Amino acid sequence: MLDTTYNVETPEGIDLRARAAGPVPRILAFAVDVFYRTLILTALGIGLAFAETAGIGIWLVCSFLLEWFYPVFFEVLRGGQTPGKKAFGLMVVNDNLTPISWGASIVRNLLRFADFLPFAYATGVIAMTLGRHFQRLGDLAAGTLVIYRDEDKVPVALPDTTPLPPPRNFKQQDQLALISLLERHEDLSEARQQELANLLEPVTEKRDSAALEYLRSVGSWLLGGRG
Amino acid sequence: MRQRDFENRYRDSWAQLEAWLKSDSKSTQASALDLPVVYRELCQQLAVAKERQYTSRLIDHLNKLVTAAHHRVYRQQTLRRKGWLHYLLAGFPQAVRANGRVVLLATALFLLPALVMGIGTYNNDALIYAVMSPGDVLSLESMYDPGNRVLGRERGSDTDLAMFGFYIKNNIGIAFRTFAGGILFGLGSIFFLVFNGLFIGAAFGHITRVGFVSTFYPFVISHGAFELTAIVLAGAAGLLLGRSLVDPGQHRRSVALRLASVEAMKIMYGTFLMLVIAAFLEAFWSSSATTPITIKLGFGALLWLLVFAYFALAGRGDSSHAS
Repeated sequence: MLDTTYNVETPEGIDLRARAAGPVPRILAFAVDVFYRTLILTALGIGLAFAETAGIGIWLVCSFLLEWFYPVFFEVLRGGQTPGKKAFGLMVVNDNLTPISWGASIVRNLLRFADFLPFAYATGVIAMTLGRHFQRLGDLAAGTLVIYRDEDKVPVALPDTTPLPPPRNFKQQDQLALISLLERHEDLSEARQQELANLLEPVTEKRDSAALEYLRSVGSWLLGGRG
Repeated sequence: MRQRDFENRYRDSWAQLEAWLKSDSKSTQASALDLPVVYRELCQQLAVAKERQYTSRLIDHLNKLVTAAHHRVYRQQTLRRKGWLHYLLAGFPQAVRANGRVVLLATALFLLPALVMGIGTYNNDALIYAVMSPGDVLSLESMYDPGNRVLGRERGSDTDLAMFGFYIKNNIGIAFRTFAGGILFGLGSIFFLVFNGLFIGAAFGHITRVGFVSTFYPFVISHGAFELTAIVLAGAAGLLLGRSLVDPGQHRRSVALRLASVEAMKIMYGTFLMLVIAAFLEAFWSSSATTPITIKLGFGALLWLLVFAYFALAGRGDSSHAS
């Protein structure tokens, strides 16, 4: 199946789901981080210019730390998100979907150099494209994964209807389809929903707004509303 | 049970958990929640919701809650049984000894090119230009010219801190790259080990031939004990990664790589520390021109002895051998 869903079974026998993040958002997130790092180094450079030669030493140590440990710091202490990853809703986790540990984070960021070779992260991007879960070499060695952090979904308000029992021979699949139509009623235009409802004319024997109204009533009944 | 009833029944406990996850786990109300119990119940509710094919919105919501709670329950603590002290006193040298063959291979990859190049440049005054440009050779010579009043790079002691920064960024960067290159089937590590060997060997041979022995050796001997061994160890750690890919044994390559990276990191933490020590020595001790040469040579020799004794002996009597 061609999708980016990543499943892990927890010790409790629950399948956890996550969506692996592909190269494009990760490259963008990385660019944001590079921007922040450059900003920090420039600010430090200006600040330390007054310390003259000793300032150069401190600046070099800082640039060393930023180069190798900036992502480690954020990944471990800020819930798997560097500022760039946060901006694109990404996070790094261990591949059992637990929070990333110090060791894993250090490995994946030390190996960044190998992913960079021969230029511009070519190796890393190739590894990401070839792998099932978009892991670059550092991710493979550390056993980590970059996933999308799920946004909070606001529960949808269901349209106001009087619940009606479904017609007979209404299979479970049909029920599910109906309920998801109900859930998406704010995302789809009224006309499109009526169009979809019309497809069920053989069952409902209604058309347009009447059909949609009826389907909504049935959906509401299926979700547990009872008149 | 219909979805709406299901939601109504558990809504409160979900909201409670969500509030708890958002709040700082250290605050007082946090202790009121028994996370493992709540988490197990939540897992069961998610399983039920999936089994009954409730809407994807509800399942997504529960999945998100489970994931968040899962993160809290399984927040991985690094296994630090006795912590850093134990690592320094036993774990690090044990890891180096346990991978003795790879360390030997890395040493050979570094030392043999260095010897060949050293002997070559000592006997042939043109060979140095095979690895360095004429300008670099001139600045190398001027650095260690006994006529100079200062050692190493031309500077006064007020630039010690600047040089410390330079050594940290440059030398540790080299070691990290030597390690990281190992994941390319070991080729990167081999390249950096051989390259550094050639370069350093050439510098040694050339300086000895020119006769700047009295300034060069006292300068390099002290921090060399840490820096050269650390580069070799970083290479060995990289070779471990490479070996796991070339010859994964009875594991899948991905698993072998994972195991090797854990083993390699046992070496890399110590290597990092050694390079920091080396940078300190190089910036603040090796460069001091006032210390007599014999003291510097003696102290440097002592450091070499200490480093070797450390790797040979430390942690031998320790029963809780990790690997």
